[in-house]
Amino acid sequence: MNSLRSLLVPHRIVMMVLFAAFVLWCALSMRWDWLPKYLPLAIEGIGNTLLLLAVSLVVGFLLAVPIGFAQAFGPFYLAWPARIFCTVIRGTPLLLQIWLIYYGLGSLFPQIEGIRDSVFWPYLRSAWPYAFVALTLSVAGYEGEVMRGALKGVNRGQLEAARAFGMPRFMLFRRVWLPLAIRDVLPTLGGEAVLQLKATPLVATITIVEIYSVASRVRQDTFIVYEPLLLLAVVYMIIAAILSSAFKFVENQVPSRR
Amino acid sequence: MVSDGAAVPKAIMVNDLHKSFGTLEVLKGVSLVAEKGDVVAIIGGSGSGKSTMLRCINFLETPSSGEISITGEVIEMKPDGSPHNQKQIEKMRSRVAMVFQSFNLWSHRTILENMIEVPVHVLKVPKAEAIAKARELLARVGLADKEDSYPAFLSGGQQQRAAIARALAVDPEVMLFDEPTSALDPELVGEVLGVIRDLAAEGRTMILVTHEMKFAREVANKIVYLYEGRIEEHGTPAEIFGAPKSERLKQFLQSVT
Repeated sequence: MNSLRSLLVPHRIVMMVLFAAFVLWCALSMRWDWLPKYLPLAIEGIGNTLLLLAVSLVVGFLLAVPIGFAQAFGPFYLAWPARIFCTVIRGTPLLLQIWLIYYGLGSLFPQIEGIRDSVFWPYLRSAWPYAFVALTLSVAGYEGEVMRGALKGVNRGQLEAARAFGMPRFMLFRRVWLPLAIRDVLPTLGGEAVLQLKATPLVATITIVEIYSVASRVRQDTFIVYEPLLLLAVVYMIIAAILSSAFKFVENQVPSRR
Repeated sequence: MVSDGAAVPKAIMVNDLHKSFGTLEVLKGVSLVAEKGDVVAIIGGSGSGKSTMLRCINFLETPSSGEISITGEVIEMKPDGSPHNQKQIEKMRSRVAMVFQSFNLWSHRTILENMIEVPVHVLKVPKAEAIAKARELLARVGLADKEDSYPAFLSGGQQQRAAIARALAVDPEVMLFDEPTSALDPELVGEVLGVIRDLAAEGRTMILVTHEMKFAREVANKIVYLYEGRIEEHGTPAEIFGAPKSERLKQFLQSVT
């Protein structure tokens, strides 16, 4: 294994030993006795973080494609709303958006006659729909801007070739235009996905139990401050590492030469 | 050949084609007839409208006015020249294959995937059949060992040969070549011309925009000389190159040889 051999050079070995010593010191001299009690909650929190991340990334990206396309090629009555949407989303803090949606939208619904008796009420009463909507719109806004440039930047000749062979418009978009555009911005999308991961703790402010709020709970209950935060950092780092290697993997599916 | 010549529809008929970009009139009424098996070379200086003319034939450029029919089927046009029926255009395009100056292979697909893309997804040929045919064609253009490569890893000449194979994979009734060797290094031109020469020899109907005068003379049976959006002179290679009548054509031939 080449990659293994490249790890076994003196300076890397020293770094690894130092890191292992640090981990060992953390494990032995810090307080971890709270962990067993809060582990189930932490696991639930991680699950919720991943759920929020996955849904907002997938749905947000599905929205971002038409938003980007409308911005770049749409008629003015589609291009302008799309442009305004991206400007507003990118120009205001996500925390503000979450609160506006939760306290704004969330307080409008109860005023609708009879909604408390409807089947939707249990959902509308919880914070989840507002968290999903706020995070998804955020992804749609940022990625909409990325996709605008990506769709615009695709090599015209390759699109023309698809047209010249009689490809119907939608097939051309699905099989040539969009894949070429996405491939160009995969590194950007990967970076944005990691940023989105680190934006998810904001929904802790509207009572969602994700991993960040679990760490806060431990601190409030036990007055142990540092250890939960350390664990939190490790959790985010692991998810971020998985995310970026997933993007790297997809990127490597098509070898490119630049 | 069918003896009853009148019953065979012309492969391509272009009648009084006009094309303007804004106020600039690039084509001022050009006409062209290609019988089945004809190899027509369109020559002319830069800006003469030869590429535009070729691109109008499959509506990559929308003509401003005129009439185009492919294998006897008239393409319906609105009064402003834009296609009347997108479905008809798409169907026509899948029978008229194009080879571009800059190859335009799809860079996110391997060479083999490039070959089968249109047959499988547009023409609905079974995948196994399309793959078998693609391999056969790749072998013919000398790229049998490149089917799993991505276009970016091929030389220009290889890419253009792959692009020609991609065009052949749709079993086209007419092939359009838009300056197929202009983007190639001089030492790679020969291999591409060789492939086109073979196609001409087997009776493919082709329209060819080219700067390679020697090649046009050797391969084409009809030459069209365009000057500022009009057909200045047309005829057999012997007439055009051997005994040019127009003063402009004489000058043009002198300047390129």
